[in-house]
Amino acid sequence: MDFLNAIILLLNYIFVPALAYGSQLALGAIFVTLIYGILRFANFATGDMMSFGTMVAILFTWYFQSKGITLGFLPTALIAVPFAIIFMILYMLTIDKLVFSYYRIKKSPPVQLAMVSIGVMFVTQAVVRIIIGPFDRRFFDGEKFILKAMEFKEMTGLNEGLTIKSTQVLTIIVTVIVVSLLFWFLNKTKTGKSMRAYSDNEDLALLSGIDPKRVVMITWMIAGILATIGGVLYGLDKSFKPFTYFNNMLPIFAAAIVGGIGNPFGAFLGGYVIAISEILITYAYKKFFTYILPETLEPDSLLQLLSTDYKFAVSFSILVIVLLFRPSGIFKGKVL
Amino acid sequence: MRQYLNVIAAYSIMILLIIIVGVFQSWTIALSILNFCLISAVMTMGANIQWGYAGLINFGIMGYTALGGLAAVLVSVSPVGEAWQAGGFSMIICLGIIVGMVFSIRLVLKKIEKSKKRNYIIALIIIFGLILLRIISGPAIEHIEAVEPAKTGFLGGLGLPILFSWIVGGFFAAGLAYIVGKVALGLRADYLAIATLLISEIVIAIIKHEDWLSRGVKNVIGLKRPVPYEIDLQGSTWFIDIVKKFNSSELNLISSLTERQDVLNQLVIDASSVFVKLTFAGLFLIVVIILLIITQKALYSPWGRMMRAIRDNEEAANAMGKNVVKEHLLIFILGSAVVGIAGAMMVTHDGLFTPGSYRPMRYTFLIWVMVIVGGSGNNFGAILGGFAVWFLWIEAAPIAEFVISLSTSHLPETNAIKIHLLESVPYFRFLMMGIGLLLIMRYRPQGILPEKIIKQ
Repeated sequence: MDFLNAIILLLNYIFVPALAYGSQLALGAIFVTLIYGILRFANFATGDMMSFGTMVAILFTWYFQSKGITLGFLPTALIAVPFAIIFMILYMLTIDKLVFSYYRIKKSPPVQLAMVSIGVMFVTQAVVRIIIGPFDRRFFDGEKFILKAMEFKEMTGLNEGLTIKSTQVLTIIVTVIVVSLLFWFLNKTKTGKSMRAYSDNEDLALLSGIDPKRVVMITWMIAGILATIGGVLYGLDKSFKPFTYFNNMLPIFAAAIVGGIGNPFGAFLGGYVIAISEILITYAYKKFFTYILPETLEPDSLLQLLSTDYKFAVSFSILVIVLLFRPSGIFKGKVL
Repeated sequence: MRQYLNVIAAYSIMILLIIIVGVFQSWTIALSILNFCLISAVMTMGANIQWGYAGLINFGIMGYTALGGLAAVLVSVSPVGEAWQAGGFSMIICLGIIVGMVFSIRLVLKKIEKSKKRNYIIALIIIFGLILLRIISGPAIEHIEAVEPAKTGFLGGLGLPILFSWIVGGFFAAGLAYIVGKVALGLRADYLAIATLLISEIVIAIIKHEDWLSRGVKNVIGLKRPVPYEIDLQGSTWFIDIVKKFNSSELNLISSLTERQDVLNQLVIDASSVFVKLTFAGLFLIVVIILLIITQKALYSPWGRMMRAIRDNEEAANAMGKNVVKEHLLIFILGSAVVGIAGAMMVTHDGLFTPGSYRPMRYTFLIWVMVIVGGSGNNFGAILGGFAVWFLWIEAAPIAEFVISLSTSHLPETNAIKIHLLESVPYFRFLMMGIGLLLIMRYRPQGILPEKIIKQ
């Protein structure tokens, strides 16, 4: 019985939150990796682009809510997402046309493009803050829990409860759908293959008649979809605040690099690696060991490897270690 | 003379702008803008040494700034005796353990051939060391933080004059840069950018949460100053005499004695804050000028030429027998040290250390905008960038407010859009920075004052 309790404890505090958080990171990381693989620069505007998409979704959600349109037990934001994606894609294509395409045609070094993306970051951040303000916004509605701790305890008769928030399940399901669609697209369709070819060897791809403009456009569209969905899922699960989104850029970058930048599957797994290690290392295991160990051995300290303040630092340290020992990432991306 | 014309023109415009702020807003604002412009100039010089001279991209400026700030605290705050008694000894042992770990790992790396066994030994050393650190430091930290947590709760510093911290801050930053450089300099440019950015976040996390060292988010306030305090000035006769002298014509117009005394008091209060700011400006100006002379000399020395050669063609420089790795590390350390000095200067100026306020937007990306806008590779350009961008950063809100009021003047006061726009005035500075950066990158990628190569 104690053993079961211990497992439920870990599930409740580590694996369920880590899976949800990891999915959110994974979507962002695939976004970073796609831009890096095909457009060949590190996009420092990642976090702010995600917050732009989320902002549009929030505005649509408010509009629908004011009209009385809801999805019942599901959050209203789900109806808003498709509209937000359209706006986001338009925004990204405009930015590409106005800013990035010039440097791409000139074949500027990646560093210059990264600098330009900092300019885009400033502008996007300003636009988001001017339109919706810098404050914390919650836009979740509908049923909050799928499984409450009390219900679980009654059902199983265990001491430990298992709470599953609907946003967590939603996040995981949506991520699985989006990512499988994306991999199907990249691996099976002609356009997807042409994108991979372009990423692998630009000159060869051009020779074989692949239209670079089309590839770039589709990349931005996919990026827009990923950014919006990732951002909205994060916002639903936690809350929307422009500054948090900007900060999320850092673990997202870590996930993309850990997974091997330029490799979407690596980025996907990288998100979970980062999320799980962040939570594993900062969790206090005291209760877990009280269940597992006999009473005489019960620990009296918290048994926490690092305090939760260092959550971000953990993922960055992992990144540094990966960069040191395997600079191409865990799952070979572009070799540096 | 003619080749310096654009430099002189650009700086004259900048000074004129600051004077305009002084006349129209107030001299205190103008001088604090000037002071921060000078601090920013030091930071941009540091970044410019790395980016402009050597083409190394360092997005960790925030981390070095914070370390400089930490140096100011550790140097100037007087030691907390009780805290040292409570846990100082254990902390010193911990320091010894860390040093021991580093040396034993180095020894292992040197003595044992590359193999799985070596990796396991290193891992063992690290894990064992961390556990030991945890056991020793845990209770000590608790005791230190329990010493008057509202006032101190940390070990304090050395109690030396705060000016020393400017040098110490440089050394702190150089030490960090050595580690970061060893780890990350082999990476490709954009990876280096990401790695340094993340490492600087780690540094901030440590400073923010190790309360025994820096008081963390509880902040350290009331740091000592290298310049006189306003209150002391207001009480000293020589200062009042000077103020009297400067304003004698105005004072003589007032006939009533009590009224004249009131006016004089007000003048003294204003003048004291201006005087303090001016002394700060003088100190900062000395630093900027010294650094400018050194960096200019370095840039046009054989060493500077070599750095440019490495930047422009690494392989060719390598083939000519230049040690590219070593020179990169050196310049990374030098540039970071300059940033560290700026960090210490800033904390000295503010008189307080707030680890929570270190954010990448303000301390990394803004500095990069300064370098790019001013002109990378040109020290005068970097300083100008620091001035111009900081000026715009501060004055963006008033400018935006003015523009919005002007363009919405036909709308009624209750118009929702107008109110919303006026409320979000502070965020227009991001917009201006972004658009400015994008325009400069597009139409004048070499910056306002481009790099100049003097042929000898």
